[in-house]
Amino acid sequence: MKHRGLASIGIVAGLVAALQAACQAGLVKHSVVLAPSEMAASLWELLRSGAFTHAIWVTLTNVALSAAIAIAAGFAIGVALHSSRFLRRGVEPYLASYYAVPTFIFYPVFIVLLGVGSAPIIAIAVLLAIVAMITATLTGLDRIPGVLTKTAKILRLSPVKQAFLVQLPAAAPYLFTGARLAVAYSFIGVIASEFILSGEGMGYAIAYAYNNFDNRTMYGLMLLIIIVVTVVNAGLGALDRRLQSRLGR
Amino acid sequence: MITLRSKPAPDESVGAATSHAARLKGVTRVYGSGHGSDRLHALGPIDLELRTGEFFSVVGPSGCGKSTLLDVLAGLNPPSEGRAEFEGRPVKGVPDGVGVVFQEDASFPWLTVEANVAFGLRRAGVDPAEIERRVAYALGFMGLRDFRKAYPAQLSGGMRQRVCIARTLVLQPRLILLDEPFGALDQQTRLIMGEELLRLWRETNATVLLITHSLDEAAMLSDRVGVMSARPGLFIELIETGWPKDRDSRIVADPRFGELTGRIWAKLRVETMKHMQSQGMGPS
Repeated sequence: MKHRGLASIGIVAGLVAALQAACQAGLVKHSVVLAPSEMAASLWELLRSGAFTHAIWVTLTNVALSAAIAIAAGFAIGVALHSSRFLRRGVEPYLASYYAVPTFIFYPVFIVLLGVGSAPIIAIAVLLAIVAMITATLTGLDRIPGVLTKTAKILRLSPVKQAFLVQLPAAAPYLFTGARLAVAYSFIGVIASEFILSGEGMGYAIAYAYNNFDNRTMYGLMLLIIIVVTVVNAGLGALDRRLQSRLGR
Repeated sequence: MITLRSKPAPDESVGAATSHAARLKGVTRVYGSGHGSDRLHALGPIDLELRTGEFFSVVGPSGCGKSTLLDVLAGLNPPSEGRAEFEGRPVKGVPDGVGVVFQEDASFPWLTVEANVAFGLRRAGVDPAEIERRVAYALGFMGLRDFRKAYPAQLSGGMRQRVCIARTLVLQPRLILLDEPFGALDQQTRLIMGEELLRLWRETNATVLLITHSLDEAAMLSDRVGVMSARPGLFIELIETGWPKDRDSRIVADPRFGELTGRIWAKLRVETMKHMQSQGMGPS
């Protein structure tokens, strides 16, 4: 595990070093790609100036709201589908082919329904993230070992206590994996929506910089997004691994 | 003094007055409905009395309804016909005073060994000081004291099964149902666990019903062995072993042990052949 982590860091470090060398050697045009050192310097300036603090705040708030809604609603829908065989049979084929539909086509509908601003962006991100949570919930509930449910009954737990004290913890690793995916999809949904359809947020700021040939700002913001997403994902991944190893999976 | 001795029945006039801990009267279990291929007659009709404090083992061919029998006694699976009783009362749901250890690992992987063992006591609202005493005793008795802060994933299969047994024992059940608890363990570990089971049985004074595939295990551990037929499972013979209560695995060297296993196998062989033929296997 440790070796694998080091290898991953090594690959990224190698690619960054190669890009740095290529830029410094003039193999890559400065108008196309900045050297990683220049991206980092730009990011530092952006953060220090505070010019994009509002944009960062808007994006992170939208991502947090989208992820929270997708996780809560996805879990509730997953539980409902798990408890109704009829409903599940009807809905499961759509879940299986869900990601074949480009969710962004619904943006005009959400504009009409929710107006402009953060609401349609959050709606798009939720739409993108929710299915990961629904399928993770279904998988988690399906894989609760029957013997644990029997044990809960033998210990004379009420159905509510069975759900909270046995079934939920038993399904937790799968639920956590679903939550982790929901966060990742929320980032994608929010930033992509801001990029093409919004008037604020980091996605919009990148698009604005791109349209104004402001490569320095554009790459600085891109680097910031990559760092934030990587840190969040690595943190959730570490928690996920800890949970899985404790459960011997 | 802390022990794992079974707690008395809430109403002594019912529990202690009966010479049997549990009874099955004409119990039948049929799965599915109607007369089509989805209808499965798994068990019975079965009549059985488990004497208070005895160690009773059930052997039978695969699929003969042994686990269904245990589920009926545990209140996990109601009989289609007939009546199951525990301490003179009909079994409706899981009765107070019944503990079950399953073949599969039923330890809660998100809890430490100590928390696993204390789980049932906490849910039952037992006083924390009493929980601490009983759990400490059970962990010591089962050889788990040094592992109390470990998680099940850090333990071997045998150790996890001990955790499950300890979790059952701290509740001081008067009837302990064991569904092939050592089925996943190697032969040496099974023998040792069998000895520990006998030690527990003597300590708790509980009535034990053990379901097993192992004839040696049944012959070594039991006061009586019930041999079941191929599906639908019926008791075709109840064999008294006649062993003293303070027995251990050394009785396998007793000439009567060989006679016993031979007698059980003679009955079981015919039923196993019937089962294999019904599955399209073995000699015709």
